[in-house]
Amino acid sequence: MLLQQLINGLTLGSVYALIALGYTMVYGILELINFAHGEIYMLGAYLGIIILGFFTAVGLTAFSLPLALGLTLLLTVIFSASYGFTVEKIAYRPLRSAPKLSPLISAIGVSIFLQNYVMITQGATDKVFPPLVSSAGVTVLSTRITFLQASIIVVSGIIMALLHAFIRKTRTGKAMRAVAQDKSMASLVGINTDTIISITFIIGSGLAAVAGLMVSMYYGLVNYFIGYSAGIKAFTAAVLGGIGNIPGAMFGGILLGLIESLGSAYISSEYKDVYAFVILILILLIRPSGLLGRNTEEKI
Amino acid sequence: MLRLENIHTSYGPIKAIRGIDMEIKKGEIVSLIGSNGAGKSTCLMTISGILTPSGGSIVHGEQDITGLPPHSIVSQGICQVPEGRRIFPRLTVLENLEMGAFLGRSDFMPTLQRVFKLFPILGERKKQYGGTLSGGEQQMLAIGRALMSNPEILLLDEPSLGLAPIMVSKIFKTIQEINSEGVTVLLVEQNARAALRLSDRGYVLENGVITLSGSGRELLDNDKVRHAYLGE
Repeated sequence: MLLQQLINGLTLGSVYALIALGYTMVYGILELINFAHGEIYMLGAYLGIIILGFFTAVGLTAFSLPLALGLTLLLTVIFSASYGFTVEKIAYRPLRSAPKLSPLISAIGVSIFLQNYVMITQGATDKVFPPLVSSAGVTVLSTRITFLQASIIVVSGIIMALLHAFIRKTRTGKAMRAVAQDKSMASLVGINTDTIISITFIIGSGLAAVAGLMVSMYYGLVNYFIGYSAGIKAFTAAVLGGIGNIPGAMFGGILLGLIESLGSAYISSEYKDVYAFVILILILLIRPSGLLGRNTEEKI
Repeated sequence: MLRLENIHTSYGPIKAIRGIDMEIKKGEIVSLIGSNGAGKSTCLMTISGILTPSGGSIVHGEQDITGLPPHSIVSQGICQVPEGRRIFPRLTVLENLEMGAFLGRSDFMPTLQRVFKLFPILGERKKQYGGTLSGGEQQMLAIGRALMSNPEILLLDEPSLGLAPIMVSKIFKTIQEINSEGVTVLLVEQNARAALRLSDRGYVLENGVITLSGSGRELLDNDKVRHAYLGE
């Protein structure tokens, strides 16, 4: 029972972590809570269904399922990243020197817009993810782990490790950290800060899209509203780990997934969504800089 | 090499500099002196593109660079070391220097060796976070980082501010050394005496306008400068 809940929690937590990374990276650089980020995740889920539907129609899924899924993942990431890039360019960049509240309100506007845009174009009813991936799995010690769960955990783990290496080791990653620490100084050493901000949105949106695709495969159902609760939970995860702190977002996401899953199992599943918000309130009251946070100085 | 023509820069309704004309020739050290709030830093930030002038033009060589964003100014070979050093505290010394070389205007390794030769302490501390360095070391890192971009013109804003006297003289000596390697320097300093001593020429800025200019020697001997800035 406990092991089972840990596996479920880890699956859920990996997804939260992927979304939380987008919040935390954007916050680290712009000090903006990108409220539209949950919507990018939702778009990722829809794009996954649409693209996979197309591949099924042309017979690619029948030809090779792994190839179809791989291509779906790739295209979903590319499309969602372009959404993220465009949102930043249209809704946040013109407000770069405006008071901090303005881009925040703009973000809420984008969020409402995207939700309604998907509702109008895709319908207000739930969409079913084609059940292409079997629910097969293995059972060890009366604990069941499906192949899908295992893939979600492994894929998220690999992506987070790659992201970590990217930010630590590459020239662009170091420039992202420099911009997060001192934007105008970064421009004085020759870094084009707008480009770095765009890259941040592209990466964050790509991660959210991966999460969206994986979750829609996991739960099998998608609607235009899923970005809202997933977004707020991932935001909680980011705050839990210390907003602006990348390892913090990974840690916070997984911790939140575990709390939710254990709470549902041992306390009550009726309160599933309450745990996250209780945690958010407690963290804000007791340790606003988050578990791994360092006040505001380090942001990325 | 660098010419400012009738430059005006404002912060909202406040006119910080009002019609500055300046020229910096290749290989010179030029210092800009003046009291707090005279507009010295504003002048440097206008050249480096952090601030956009509301009037006038800045010409580098034959090219008008007025209003270019800071990263484009760096790619023109003009690099500013801002006041307060502003090193990246949570990047290592080496990463700070790598960021200085972000645009790849020079071969990385030889330039890095040159910076380590100029400031051996940076080589010893290259794996440490920038934020853990002392004030003087941070100033060296800030100058070293700027040198990594292989600048033609170095804009230095108050490099001696808040440093111990021994460090101040070391920084000034280094500025001369950098200049002797062919880098043109525009120096903003409150420590007018030290600045003018090593400068070929100087400008005195008061309330956003240049009130006096001349060779370093002339300014050191000028009565007004002696009273107002040298405390004699």
